[in-house]
Amino acid sequence: MKFTKLMTVSALAMSVATSSMAENILRWTSQGDALTMDPHSQNEGPTIAMNGQIYESLVTRDANLDLQPELAESWTAGSDGWTFILRRNVKFHDGADFTAEDVVFSFERAKHEASDYKEQAKNVVSVEVIDDYTVKLVTNGPNPILPNQLTSIYMMDKNWAEANNVVAPQDFKAEQETFAVRNANGTGPFILKSRAPDEMTVLTKNDNWWGAGKFPGNVDTIEYRPITNAATRVAALLSGEVDFVLDPPLQDLKRIQAAEGLGTKTVAQIRSIFFGMDQGIDQLRSSNVTGNPFKDVRVREAFNLAIDKVAIQRVVMEGLSFPTGIITPPGVLGNTPALDESYGYDVDRAKNLLSDAGYPNGFSIQLDCPNNRYNNDEKICQAAVAMLAKIGIDVKLDAIPKAQHFPKIQKRETDFYMLGWGVPTLDSHYVFSYLLASEGSWNATGYKNERVDEITAAITSEIDIEKRTKMIDEAWQLVKAEIPYLPVHHQVLAWGMSDKVDIPIAADDAFRPRYAVMK
Amino acid sequence: MFSFILRRFLQSAMVMAIVSAVSFSLFNFVGDPVNNMVGQDATREQRIEIRQQLGLDDPITTQYTRFIGNILHGEFGLSYRIKRPVDQLILERLPATLELVFVSALIALIVGITLGVYTGIRRNSVISKAVLSVSLIGVSLPTFIIGITLIYIFAVHLRWLPSSGRSGTIMLGPWKTSLMSVDGWRAILLPAITLSLFQLTLILRLVRAEMLEVMQTDFIKFARARGLSEKAINFRHALRNTLVPVITIIGLNVGGLIAFSVITETVFQWPGTGLMFIQAVDFVDVPIMAAYLVFVALLFVIINLIVDILYFIVDPRIRLGD
Repeated sequence: MKFTKLMTVSALAMSVATSSMAENILRWTSQGDALTMDPHSQNEGPTIAMNGQIYESLVTRDANLDLQPELAESWTAGSDGWTFILRRNVKFHDGADFTAEDVVFSFERAKHEASDYKEQAKNVVSVEVIDDYTVKLVTNGPNPILPNQLTSIYMMDKNWAEANNVVAPQDFKAEQETFAVRNANGTGPFILKSRAPDEMTVLTKNDNWWGAGKFPGNVDTIEYRPITNAATRVAALLSGEVDFVLDPPLQDLKRIQAAEGLGTKTVAQIRSIFFGMDQGIDQLRSSNVTGNPFKDVRVREAFNLAIDKVAIQRVVMEGLSFPTGIITPPGVLGNTPALDESYGYDVDRAKNLLSDAGYPNGFSIQLDCPNNRYNNDEKICQAAVAMLAKIGIDVKLDAIPKAQHFPKIQKRETDFYMLGWGVPTLDSHYVFSYLLASEGSWNATGYKNERVDEITAAITSEIDIEKRTKMIDEAWQLVKAEIPYLPVHHQVLAWGMSDKVDIPIAADDAFRPRYAVMK
Repeated sequence: MFSFILRRFLQSAMVMAIVSAVSFSLFNFVGDPVNNMVGQDATREQRIEIRQQLGLDDPITTQYTRFIGNILHGEFGLSYRIKRPVDQLILERLPATLELVFVSALIALIVGITLGVYTGIRRNSVISKAVLSVSLIGVSLPTFIIGITLIYIFAVHLRWLPSSGRSGTIMLGPWKTSLMSVDGWRAILLPAITLSLFQLTLILRLVRAEMLEVMQTDFIKFARARGLSEKAINFRHALRNTLVPVITIIGLNVGGLIAFSVITETVFQWPGTGLMFIQAVDFVDVPIMAAYLVFVALLFVIINLIVDILYFIVDPRIRLGD
């Protein structure tokens, strides 16, 4: 009894002590920690998000995903590049000025062999300094969407990098970690105060930030703690230890909404979930029939018609998905309402199509699925297995962790697989070049359409917006008719937060503290 | 004595070699680390290049010899995920795991022995029967369910203790400890209880069984006849005899606790070596997995070596038999 009294009193004392400070401290959590504080080292979600609070790029996106000026105030397109006017009076956290030479240096660094951003930065062939606050990013011929491709290329201070021996990002083979792995010096609204990887990262407000007062956010300190276990993450929100959870499991959303002082926000995510069907190989690897049924468009259409995406939305996703007929979501240039419409659900027609194609008794096949990557990925696959059984397709499901699943796609070792795809540039070229171009690195469908390949190459340099949009539409119409994939739905994001804080949810799942308002 | 130690030493070296070979061969089946090291934008050429840089496409024997060579030089390489030297990572995270194991062993010992003695002496009381039934929960429920339940009761509903994480840490030289502050003890309590339950039940039942047996012996009867108090009999005489098997069990289990605190650390986000290992498996971070398995094997081998040597010293039959 005495012990519990002591515990309660000390708990209360501690909470009183912290709340008496006038500071706005935002405590939040999600599953993954940033891997490194080096902004050019690792191209993955949590790392970009964390570094994006400390570092800034020339252009950025706001919570509605509209392009906004950040370290560049304005930009104009030319025939061989874009000219950017840089913002003046911007200082790095160590006091140094941000000038054109830092832009040159940062792009060189992002293109370095050891950088994980080389593909994006490669679009910039070189950076010309016109004066201290004007640069020209030279491209290979006209590039109509260069600003879209720059939102994750962060600017570093050349002098700081040279002084701390981090002119190049961490090499995979190196013996020692570089200074930039745990230290940062950016221009952004928050300064890195302390970093214990996988434990706690603390950021404090940058009082000399160029944007102070221009954004609604009023957070003084950010404490980020990754929590891998989903239930523990939700418990931290329910117990009041954190104010915001980026990735609560979907099944706990109702619980969070019902709890007092907590709420959730949802938005359509820029990520689509679909199945790929290998129509390139001559003999399926896992089937009991000779040849490859997927080569026949009627079979692919039958598969599409057999999946009841609305039922999946209702039962598996508990309403949190948007059934679709295209593998990229609204918000990406190229998606139109007509294209977005699902192929429909018609079991009888599917069976007829299969018979017409020569498979009246169906066939067997293996479905490869990840089980720890997308929302309810394994459950969606299980539902698909049951639905395909109705048209006579005997599916063997192989649901494995993403670390073993994705190599199957990249090594082209799968007949029928699930994949999800997000589009950071919000432009269809990103989807074409990886998923629909015949040489696309993530295109394991063997889909090859010469016109689509032509269009993919042409739109990289077509600056006439109308022409370009028409070409993109033409490609999507071809894809819609030829059905290389089986689109399922666009994902829905859900964030959980306490009523003490208002954070606008963004469809790219990025936390932007400059818009976070604490009450 | 010397030849005994030498023999055990050689056997240990052989065990280490086998473990390293087996764990190494497993790494070919755990997935492709390159996929996690680069973003989805990376081209096929880039991936192939990285594989070559890391030597992942070399023949198995070459990779294995390189691996063993590096270990013997003490070079475990950089973690693929965190890009810091693996041996530093393990040493940094070890204090958290060791403290957790220490506190849980303490809880298991104190509570286990006390309740074991009590249920041994008062076999038929209601409390004894209740304790024995409840203790079954300790062995039958999986650790993560116990952990989550404790979190929901004590952190979410009662809000007495933090739900996860390790707080209140102070650096004592190179050792980052959380046992020097109230915050630290509050944070370690739930994970330590979760980890201790299995051990606790084991010790409780062992002590109880031993007590029951010892209480029947002649020397206890004579002690009672001599007029010694019950307290003296129970604790000074009976208990001492029950401790030998208890110490053996604890010793052997400590190695297991350190290696397998993985689940407790994952549930409570306790930043120890177990959590690091699970994250490495998820990411296919081969350097950390390899180093951790070697480290765990070494731990077991050393503990068993110490136990064997202690037996040799303590038990004259082994000495004479050799």
